[in-house]
Amino acid sequence: EGEEEEEEDERKHQKLLEAISSLGAKRKKTLGERSEAAVQMSEFTVTAEGERDRVDLSDLIGSMEKTPGVTSRTKKQLKNLQKDNKTIESPLSRQETDRIQRDVAFQKAATEVTKWKGVIKQNQRAEQLIFPLNRELTLRWRRRFFSLLHANKQPIHDPILTPAEEASMKAMSLEEAKIRRAELQKARALQSYYEAKARRARKIKSKAYHKVHNKAKRKEFLKRSMRLELNKIEMARMQERMSLKHQNSGKWAKSKVIMGKYDLVARKAMQQQLEVNKDLTQKIVTSLNAEEEEEEEEGGDAEVLPDFVNDAEQAVDPSNPWMRGKLSEDPTEKDMIVDLTAEEAPRAAEEEEEEEEEVKEPEEEVLLREFDERRKQRQAQEAEAQITVEEEDDDEEEEEEDKAADEEEAELSVFTSLFREKAEAAADVTDTSAQLEEGLTRIRTLEDVELLSVPQEEAAADEAPLPPPPAENPPPVPQKREAAKPKKRKRAIELKEVLTKEPKVIQVPLAPTVEDAEDADEPLDQRGLIKEAFAGDDVVADFLKDKRKQEDAGKPKVVDLTLPGWGEWGGTGLKPSRSKRRRFRTKAVPPPPRKDQRLPSVIISENRNSAVRLHQVNSLPFPFQNHSQFESTIRSPLGRTWNTERTVKKNIKPKVVTQMGAIIEPMAREELLKDKRPAAGRGGRGGRGGRGGRGGRGGRGGRGVDSQRRHIRDKRAEK
Amino acid sequence: MKVKVLSRNPDDYVRETKYDIQRVPRNYDPTLHPFEVCREYTQALNSTKLDRVFAKPFLASLDGHRDGVNCMAKHTSSLSTLLSGSCDGEVKVWNLTKHECVRTLQAHEGFVRGMVVRHCGTSFFTVGDDKTIKQWKMEAPGYGEEEEPLNTILGKTVFTGLDHHQKDAVFATCGQQVDIWDEQRSSPIRSFTWGVDSFSAVRFNPVETELLASCASDRSIVLYDMRESAPLKKVIMTMRSNTLCWNPMEAYHFTCSNEDYNLYTYDMRYLDRPMTVHMDHVSAVLDVDYSPTGKEFVSASFDKTVRIFPKENGHSREVYHTKRMQHVICVKWSADNKYILSGSDEMNIRLWKANASEKLGVLAPREKQASNYSQKLKEKFQHHPQIRRIARHRHLPKNIFHESKELRIMKEARRRKERNVRKHSKPGAVPVVSEKEKHVVTVVK
Repeated sequence: EGEEEEEEDERKHQKLLEAISSLGAKRKKTLGERSEAAVQMSEFTVTAEGERDRVDLSDLIGSMEKTPGVTSRTKKQLKNLQKDNKTIESPLSRQETDRIQRDVAFQKAATEVTKWKGVIKQNQRAEQLIFPLNRELTLRWRRRFFSLLHANKQPIHDPILTPAEEASMKAMSLEEAKIRRAELQKARALQSYYEAKARRARKIKSKAYHKVHNKAKRKEFLKRSMRLELNKIEMARMQERMSLKHQNSGKWAKSKVIMGKYDLVARKAMQQQLEVNKDLTQKIVTSLNAEEEEEEEEGGDAEVLPDFVNDAEQAVDPSNPWMRGKLSEDPTEKDMIVDLTAEEAPRAAEEEEEEEEEVKEPEEEVLLREFDERRKQRQAQEAEAQITVEEEDDDEEEEEEDKAADEEEAELSVFTSLFREKAEAAADVTDTSAQLEEGLTRIRTLEDVELLSVPQEEAAADEAPLPPPPAENPPPVPQKREAAKPKKRKRAIELKEVLTKEPKVIQVPLAPTVEDAEDADEPLDQRGLIKEAFAGDDVVADFLKDKRKQEDAGKPKVVDLTLPGWGEWGGTGLKPSRSKRRRFRTKAVPPPPRKDQRLPSVIISENRNSAVRLHQVNSLPFPFQNHSQFESTIRSPLGRTWNTERTVKKNIKPKVVTQMGAIIEPMAREELLKDKRPAAGRGGRGGRGGRGGRGGRGGRGGRGVDSQRRHIRDKRAEK
Repeated sequence: MKVKVLSRNPDDYVRETKYDIQRVPRNYDPTLHPFEVCREYTQALNSTKLDRVFAKPFLASLDGHRDGVNCMAKHTSSLSTLLSGSCDGEVKVWNLTKHECVRTLQAHEGFVRGMVVRHCGTSFFTVGDDKTIKQWKMEAPGYGEEEEPLNTILGKTVFTGLDHHQKDAVFATCGQQVDIWDEQRSSPIRSFTWGVDSFSAVRFNPVETELLASCASDRSIVLYDMRESAPLKKVIMTMRSNTLCWNPMEAYHFTCSNEDYNLYTYDMRYLDRPMTVHMDHVSAVLDVDYSPTGKEFVSASFDKTVRIFPKENGHSREVYHTKRMQHVICVKWSADNKYILSGSDEMNIRLWKANASEKLGVLAPREKQASNYSQKLKEKFQHHPQIRRIARHRHLPKNIFHESKELRIMKEARRRKERNVRKHSKPGAVPVVSEKEKHVVTVVK
C-alpha cells in the first residue's frame, strides 16, 4: 500500500511540475502520457525496479570476461578503474577555461612572432638599409598593376580621363565651336577688307602715284629675287666647301693627275674643275650684303673705328714690338717719341706721367719697393769694396754676362759673406737713406718686381763708372739712371715703338760694376728681406720674458692673513710678531711641474680656456664606455681631405637609403625565409647584414666603439 | 741661366676619354693636412647651423573640407593619392602633387570614423556614425553615374574604427566589440568581446598579418589572433590609449598614443612593461603612425603639434606646428618615407617634410655626397655642447613652451616628494618604480 501511495504522490508531483512548467512564457511540448509498463520511465532518469537499485561497474564488466575479442590490456585497465574509487572533478568554470584558452593562444602567437627576432636584430645592426627591402617583388607587383590598368584602358597617370571620356569631351565642346566660328568670321571680314582696299587702289587715276607704286613694287620684287639667288649661291658654296667635290681629290681627279703629264685634255679638264671649285667657293660681296652690313654698323656705332680694332689680339707676347707692326704710324706722334737711349730731353715730361701712375700702386707694392730699395742700398755698399769689371753692350750679351757672373759668384761668395755681416752692422744707416729715396723707383706691377733682378744688374752696371758713393747720401745721378731703366722696359711694350726703327746701341765705357751675389739665390734674399723688415724686434728676449711671466703667474702665492692687534699690541710702527706672522702665513703646496719646463722654446698654457671650453664635451656620452674610445672616434677624420675616395665612400654611407617615389611595403614573409637560408647566402646581400664592410678606416680606431654600441643595443633589444 | 721646367708624364693626368673623371692627385700625408678634428668640428657646426636655417618643413595645406578632418587613409599603390574623411561625413580624395581635391563624396551621416584602402588599391572602406560600413570604388563614377557604394553593411552598433588585412579579403571593425568581416559576407565571421567595452581603434599587424590589436575604453590594449576564437591578452594602463600602430618592419613592436600625453612602445610578448616611454607632448596624443622604414613614428596631439620620435628615443627629434593648426586629429607618414600628412580640427590637411631641412627633388651625386658627409659629421660631433644646442633648438608656441615647463616642474616636484617619502620611511617600504612600470596597471591573461 505504502508503495502505491508513493507512486500516487509521484504522479501528482509530476503533474504539478508539468503545470508549473506550462505556466512559463513558452509552452513546451507536452509529453505524451503512457499508461503502460513504462510509467516510471522519464526522459531523464532511469528508475530500475527490483532489489538492486544501482548498476555496478562490475556487473557490466562481468560480460567482458566472456567476450573473446577484448585484449588483456583493456581488461587490466578496467580492473584498475574498478579499484579506483575517486570521483571525477567537476568541469572548470567558463572564466577559467577561457583564460586557459587565451593563454595557450597567446603562447602560440608569441612563439610565432619570435621567429622574426633574427631578421629584426640583423636590420638593427645593419650598417645600411636600402628601402624598399624587396625590390624585385614590388617591381613585379607594380608591373602587374600597370598591365591590368592597360588592359582595362584605365588612365595610368593623373589625367584621370579614359579615352572614352575624352572622346565624349570632344564631342560636347560647345564653347570651342563658338570660338571657332568667331575666328572664321573674323578671317572673312579681314579678307573682304583687303579686297576692298585693293579695288580702291586700282581705281586711283593719278599716274604719279602708280609710277611710284610700281617702282617700289619692282624694287621689292628684284630684291627678293636677288636674295633668293644669293641664297642659292651661298648654299652651293657651302656645299662645295663641305664636300670638296671639285678639289681634285676624287678618284677621277687622281687618275687625271696621272694622265695629265701626257694628256693635254686631261690637264684641261682638271683645270676646269679647279676653276669650278674656285667659282663656287668664292665669296660674293654684293651690294645687297654691303647695304645690310652698313645698316648694321650704323645701328651699332656712328663713329668709324679703324680696322685693326677688330683684329684679334695676338696672344704671343705683349712686349714684342714685332707683333704690333700693323699699326700705321702717326708721323706727329713719331716725332714726339724720343729714343730712350737718346737721353734727358723728354724725361721730365715722362716722369710726370709715371708719377701719376705711381699713385695707383697698391700698398703692398710700396712696401715691396721699400725693401727693394734697401737691398739696392746695400748692394751699393758692397760695391764699395767689390769692384769688378763688366761689359755691357746689348741685350743679347746679357746672357753671356750672366754666365760670367755665375762664375765669378763662386769666387766671390767668401767675400760677400764677409761683407754681408758688415752691411748688417750698418743697417741703421741704410734705413735712413732708404727713406730718402722713396718714390723714385718705378715699379708698376708685381711682374715688374719679379723682373727686377734683370734691370738690377743693368743698374749696377750703370752705377759702376761713377765714383763709389758713400752710404750716408747716395748720389742723385745713379738714382736717376736707375729710374730710367724700368722705363726702358716699358718702352718696349709701347705701341708706338715701330719696327722700322733701329735700336740704338749705347756705348758705355768699360767700368767696374758691382757683382751681386744675392740675386742668384732667391730664398736667401727673401730671408734677408724679412730680417730687415723685423730688424727692431728682439723676439727671443720677448718670448723668454713672456714665459717667465707665465711661470710666475702659475706659482702659488703666499697668503698672509696676519692682522695687527689681535692678541698683542697694535698701532703705528708696530709690526705683528714673527710667531704670529708665521702662524697666519699659509704657504701653498708647490704645483706639479710645468709641462714646458724642459722645452725652452715653447709655452704650454695650462689654464683652461673658457672660450674653448664652450665647445668641449664635459661628460662621456652614452654608448661609449671610456674616454679613449670616444677620443679615438673623434680623432679619426671622415672627410676626403684625409681619406682615400673609397674610405670616404664607406665612411659617409647613410644608415637608411630610400628610393625616390618608391612605396615601401611592410616587411614581407619572404624576408623570414631568406633569413632561414644558410649564413653563407646571407653574406652576399648588398648593404645588409652588418658583416659586409667594417673597419676600413686604416687603424684609426672607432671600430671597437661601433661593435660596443652594437652590443649594448642588442642587450637592450633583448630586454 | 738654366731654367728648369716641370715635366710630367701625360699618362698620369690625361684622360683616355672625356667621360672619364679627372684624376686629381692627392697627397694624404697627415702633416700636410693638420687640425683635422678642428676643421671637421667647424664643418659640423656650420652644417648644423645650416640645417636649422633651411628647416622649412611645411609644404602645403589642403583645404576644402567643411568640418574637422577625422580620419585619413594612404593609398596602397599610389603615392600621390590621399583619402580623408571629415566630421560631416564627407570623404575627399586628394591629389598630393597638385595639392587639389580630385573627388568628393558624401559617405555617411555624421562622422566618418574610419577609413582604409583595400590592399589592391581599387576600392576603399569607410565606417561612420550611421552604423554602416561602406565599400567604395577608387575611381570616380563616370559621367551620369551616381556616386554609390559598392557594398553597404548595416551594423547593430556604431563602428569607431576600421582596418584591412594586409593581403586577404578580410577587414576588422571595432565598436562595442571587435569584429572580423569577410568582404563577401554581410555578417562578421568572428567577433571578440572581453568584458563590456567600447573600442576606439583596431589595427592589423602588417607583418604577422593574422594578429590584431585594439584600444579599449577601459584603458586597455587588447591583442587578438584572427584564427583564434578568443582574444590573446590585454594590458590595462593608467589612462586610456587612443590609437596604436604596429611597426611595419618589426613584427612584435607597436606604439600606442595615450591620453596621459605620452606614447608607449610595447613588445607584444612582454606587455607588463613598455619598452620605451615617449614623452614631450603637453596634451593627449590622438594619433600615431610609423614611418614605412620602421625607424621613426609621428604623433598628432591635442596640443596642436605634430611630433616625430625615433622609435627608441624617449624624446622627439622634431616638432611641427603652425599658427593656424588646431588640434591635430589624424596623422600619416607617406609610403615613400618623405612626407607627413596631418589632418586637424580646422578642416585642413597639411603636408610636411619628414626631414625638415631636406632638399626636395633629385640631387646631383656631389650634392648627395656632400649631404651624406655633413650628416655623418653631425652624427660624429652630436655630443658636443654647441652642436647639440643648435640641433635641438626649436621654436615653440608660447603656451606649449610654458606648459612643458610647468609639466617638468610638476614632475620634478613629484619625484622630490617620493624621494623624501622614501627617505623617511622604513627601507624597502616605498619601492622604486621605474617610469616604464609606472604606467601599467596590470596585464590580464
